[in-house]
Amino acid sequence: MQRSGFFVRAVKTLVTGPPVYYVWVLVLLTFACVGIAAYSKQLQTGLIVTGMTGYVSWGFYIGNFTFLVGVAAAAVLLIIPAYVYQFGPIRDIVIVGEALAVSALLMCLMFVTADLGRPDRLWHLIPGWGILNLPTSLLGWDIVVLNGYLFLNLFIPGYILWKAYHNEPTNMRFITPFIILSIPWAVSIHTVTAFIYNGLAARPFWNASILAPRFLASAFCSGPALVMLLYQVVRKYTKFHVKDEALFKIAEMIAYAMAINLFLLGAEFFKELYSDTHHLSPLQYLYAGLHGKGRLVPWIWCAFAFNVAAFLIFLVPATRRNFATLNVGCVLIILGIWIEKGIGLIIPGFIPSPLGEVWEYAPTAVELLVTLGVWSLGLLILTLILKLIIPIETGELTKDARTAA
Amino acid sequence: MSDRQFTDEESVPEQGHDDVDPKGPDRESGNTREPLPDRRTFLKSAAGVLGLFAVSSCTWQEFFQKNFKQMTKEEIEGTIERLRTQYKEKYGKEFVVGAEGPIDGTLYAYGLDIQRCIGCRRCVYACVEENNQSRDPQIQYIRVLRFKRGNMDLEESTIYYNPEEVPEQGYYYMPVQCQHCANPPCTKVCPVQATWTEPDGIVVVDYNWCIGCRYCMAACPYMGRWFNFAEPVIPKDRINTQTHYLGNRPRMRNVVEKCTFCIQRVRKGKYPACVEVCPVGARKFGNLLDPDSEINRIIKTKRVFRLKEELNTQPKFYYFFAI
Repeated sequence: MQRSGFFVRAVKTLVTGPPVYYVWVLVLLTFACVGIAAYSKQLQTGLIVTGMTGYVSWGFYIGNFTFLVGVAAAAVLLIIPAYVYQFGPIRDIVIVGEALAVSALLMCLMFVTADLGRPDRLWHLIPGWGILNLPTSLLGWDIVVLNGYLFLNLFIPGYILWKAYHNEPTNMRFITPFIILSIPWAVSIHTVTAFIYNGLAARPFWNASILAPRFLASAFCSGPALVMLLYQVVRKYTKFHVKDEALFKIAEMIAYAMAINLFLLGAEFFKELYSDTHHLSPLQYLYAGLHGKGRLVPWIWCAFAFNVAAFLIFLVPATRRNFATLNVGCVLIILGIWIEKGIGLIIPGFIPSPLGEVWEYAPTAVELLVTLGVWSLGLLILTLILKLIIPIETGELTKDARTAA
Repeated sequence: MSDRQFTDEESVPEQGHDDVDPKGPDRESGNTREPLPDRRTFLKSAAGVLGLFAVSSCTWQEFFQKNFKQMTKEEIEGTIERLRTQYKEKYGKEFVVGAEGPIDGTLYAYGLDIQRCIGCRRCVYACVEENNQSRDPQIQYIRVLRFKRGNMDLEESTIYYNPEEVPEQGYYYMPVQCQHCANPPCTKVCPVQATWTEPDGIVVVDYNWCIGCRYCMAACPYMGRWFNFAEPVIPKDRINTQTHYLGNRPRMRNVVEKCTFCIQRVRKGKYPACVEVCPVGARKFGNLLDPDSEINRIIKTKRVFRLKEELNTQPKFYYFFAI
């Protein structure tokens, strides 16, 4: 009885809301359907409907995947500053961060699946049934750490919320080790994802030790920026409370992360420009164009400008503490890192090709629509998770209380 | 003697890479090509609603087929029977799908005489014919790089040369294909062990096990791997029915394939098709474990080098200068 009681209430919570909630969900559902239609076309025809080629064999999907792994990692890494600066009940911070991590992870898995030529053979990856090529394949390791991370991020809030729903105290001694474990695990998902590219000697653009540190630095920018926007939405529409001070602290932290990110970029630039070998070519393609081809040049300079602007906004206390400029900064940084770590990281890895050819890449309509679909599905998942867990967290939805709409 | 005759010699230069899109010569038409209206395609589209199974005309056995390395002898026989039926349905011909293992005491290596190569690309087309590569989208395991004399800078090279006659004054040529590395970066990255090195040194792919992630393509420094971005198209009258499971049997869409030193030929004691067709004898092939083999003689007596040796891939593909 109790169990069915929970599900009935949960469904009730999910289907009741203000008009803006319905519109939002409907818009996301529509885009998700468009994405699914585009994906079914890709399945029926083959990856030829994408812009990917034998030269640039990974594209927009893997770029989005890489960006989102950073988001998933950073959402949980926020626990550290939240704890250090005592944002408030650490439990609350953890829950929203983990909801974002779960949605980002599911988007990651969707993007990788969309990129896969043979999703019907996904079972080949299941150890025992198929063959997961450990320890040598970094993609194999990524599957392990991403799924482990997904489990942690479902288990921790699941436990906390179950206790909250039943009006029982959370046993922090039981759950804290899992929370602490999720911190190095968050680092590991992003490190392993960086190593996927990093380990390929054939691709000098990726084959630099600076890649993993830069991944983490940029993740610490984009992930928290998303969390800041999310907190503002959540506290506007629910009784969930987040202090302004907490948001300003996150912004300050982003400034430091961005400083490190820009410093590492500078280090990369110095090494390539000063030594001036053929390893410079991909960077040259990205920032200036190569052999008359430079489709990414305007994009990467946009990203650079966005990142620097956001850095300044978050560095100066006056703009950091003003919500108008703060939110502009968040949007700039999300776009900036999305470009830099998406197409800006994946595509130049393939250009020029190992045999010296410059073949450019641009995503096709199918790729854009599938990407739109995945993002919509991800945001839909995030919306529904938050819609359900925040009333539990604020005590509005419990076993005994009446369901608050 | 070549067992395949080439009558289109004059047209060879015209067939050059100049119009080659990395996915095929006419990708636009590839995109819009109407599927053949047979029952299979119709069922496939119907299954498209369900999504997953639309990827191929997947039979139940095919879906649950094991990795080739883990199959028992009986399972291999059963799989081969199924494939033969499938290929007959598609191409209207009886196929031989071999599963011959490596010959004891063999480790294959390749030699390519840069000094002799005239850049005619006969090897490219002999390879396409022999190995049932898709004509649309176009797949060619061999890329012939043309360098201006004076350097060996890959970024300065081109595969898009199209003269009246080869060789051209002031240029030299270097064909590149899978180098069958002894320390291959491609096989170790595969998340499902769909690609591996056989005991005779040939790097192979199980097309039915590949999940199409293309990680191996990112890992290969020689662009030795190709992806079937669409259902491969091979004219029925051009299909080679003498195949090997790990070699030139017809592939499906969205899987990776590559040069196998013509595994279907070399395991029967024949030369790879590219070696046989080369009009100037620039291509050599043999057994490294046989001290008297031609390839060993070349390695011992000529000036050889391997491409991108600094990456420690240890190719079993030796470029050399005969004179």
